[in-house]
Amino acid sequence: MIQFTHVFKRYPGGFDALRNVNLQIQAGEMVFITGHSGAGKSTLLKLITAIERPTRGEAVVNGKNLLRLPRRRIPYFRREIGVVFQDHKLLFDRTVYDNVALPLIVTGADPHDIPRRVRAALEMVGLLSKEKMYPITLSGGEQQRVGIARAVVNKPPLLLADEPTGNLDSKLSDEILDLFLDFHHHGVTVLIATHDGHLINRARQRVIELKQAELVSDSGAAA
Amino acid sequence: MIKNYLLRHAQVFFYSLGQLTRTPVATFLTVAVIGITLALPAGLYVAIENVQRLARGWEDNGQISLFLKQDVPGSSIEKLAEKIRRLPAVSWVDYVSRDAALAEFKRLSGFGEALNALDRNPLPAVLVVHPAAAYMHPDKLQTLLKDLRRYNEVDIAQLDLDWVRRLHAILELARQGVLILASGLAVAVLLIVGNTIRLAVLNLRDEIEITKLIGGTNAFIRRPFLYAGTLQGLLGALLAWLLLALGLLFLSDPINILAGLYGSRFEAENLGFLATLTLIGSGGLLGWLGSRLAVSRHLRAIEPH
Ligand SMILES: Nc1ncnc2c1ncn2[C@@H]1O[C@H](COP(=O)(O)OP(=O)(O)OP(=O)(O)O)[C@@H](O)[C@H]1O
Ligand SMILES: [Mg+2]
Repeated sequence: MIQFTHVFKRYPGGFDALRNVNLQIQAGEMVFITGHSGAGKSTLLKLITAIERPTRGEAVVNGKNLLRLPRRRIPYFRREIGVVFQDHKLLFDRTVYDNVALPLIVTGADPHDIPRRVRAALEMVGLLSKEKMYPITLSGGEQQRVGIARAVVNKPPLLLADEPTGNLDSKLSDEILDLFLDFHHHGVTVLIATHDGHLINRARQRVIELKQAELVSDSGAAA
Repeated sequence: MIKNYLLRHAQVFFYSLGQLTRTPVATFLTVAVIGITLALPAGLYVAIENVQRLARGWEDNGQISLFLKQDVPGSSIEKLAEKIRRLPAVSWVDYVSRDAALAEFKRLSGFGEALNALDRNPLPAVLVVHPAAAYMHPDKLQTLLKDLRRYNEVDIAQLDLDWVRRLHAILELARQGVLILASGLAVAVLLIVGNTIRLAVLNLRDEIEITKLIGGTNAFIRRPFLYAGTLQGLLGALLAWLLLALGLLFLSDPINILAGLYGSRFEAENLGFLATLTLIGSGGLLGWLGSRLAVSRHLRAIEPH
């Protein structure tokens, strides 16, 4: 699903955010990426979603070589990936329902199917009763779950999350983790960047550690 | 499949409509500026059309006088008149015989007694040729004049068209001027729409960024802006038309009075059907193009990071 070979990422300005990263993730795996602040976790996710381009090396995601992916193909490439952002990136002038429906509208889904699919995603994250509310009136944990519902409504084979439990209390964090575990058990490839040790311990999945832009340890696939 | 496609476009269309009504003042200002900008060349066009229509009325008086040679007998003149009458370029022909010409001259000049002293009538017979409406054009009239000159019976053929010629030249010049003005103002409309759309794009920065992140193509993101720009252009053109109609309404009384003084029943007319369609079409097209240019330019700058 994801194959990085000698991948480097240097930001304009000369800062190396990733150095010689080799990484292979099979379809259906669940992987945690950890490391200190500034280690390059978010950069790794940004490469996978084609928000940033690798400077050097070969990065293949979903069978697409990220170095050679033409600009106009990027939207279609991203439709195969659900992303949960740390800052949620919700539209605050749209209801919860409309936010979750956006990926379906963007991809031109059958309009008759949209309500059913949106409600199924909201049901999964336990927010069906709040579909008519605006994100601003929701708690941080609820907003995060709207973001998750939006990321999975298209049923993408690959799900990425950057600090999905950022500043949530441990009970909420556990709930969110359970959601991701559930997607994993349904065959979705899940990649989570976090420095929440508690979360990683509880999940008992493969862990990759970044340190100063380099990949320093990989626990290997979970038993 | 096609139904879904239409349904989606309709959704975006009504969404754009909603966006326009959400910022009524900005939308109204844009539409007003477009309206006034389009009304300017359209108004000049209407003025020129009307003057031209009026001039066509005057051209009806544009006639060719054929002064015939003295020795042509009356019967030949009748035959010649009949021949000319049958030309497609000719509407009708008046025959003023030598006697009639003399009688009229006596009546009008007041030289009656003096002319009686002449032993013979010095005036030639005159055929007054009224060209057909379709030939009321300087070039065509010149051709007709040349043709008429060729008849042996004709001594002098005279057509005073200089002023008609000049009027046509001026109108043609004015028409070109309107065209140049219209192109300049078209660019202005592009800039107005472009600026409004640019602001809209910047206002929706977050929304655009998020849409890109979840796989929205540029075409998808562009669509509501294109609808908004086109709608503003169309509304602006409608406003321009309304301004023209209002202007003519206010001017209709003075025009009627003026025309009445000249014994004419001239009435100013607004844009014709085709010209109206052109106005509305240009408005929509300029709106579309303006937003298209603005969106394409500013969309590139908004990339997720
Ligand atoms: N757009 C950018 N331009 C220049 N430098 C950048 C850019 N984005 C990130 N960096 C730098 O790259 C390094 C890695 O950043 P990254 O966001 O990947 O870290 P991280 O592991 O996600 O950290 P955190 O845990 O704080 O989120 C940081 O030192 C950061 O300053
Ligand atoms: Mg980060």
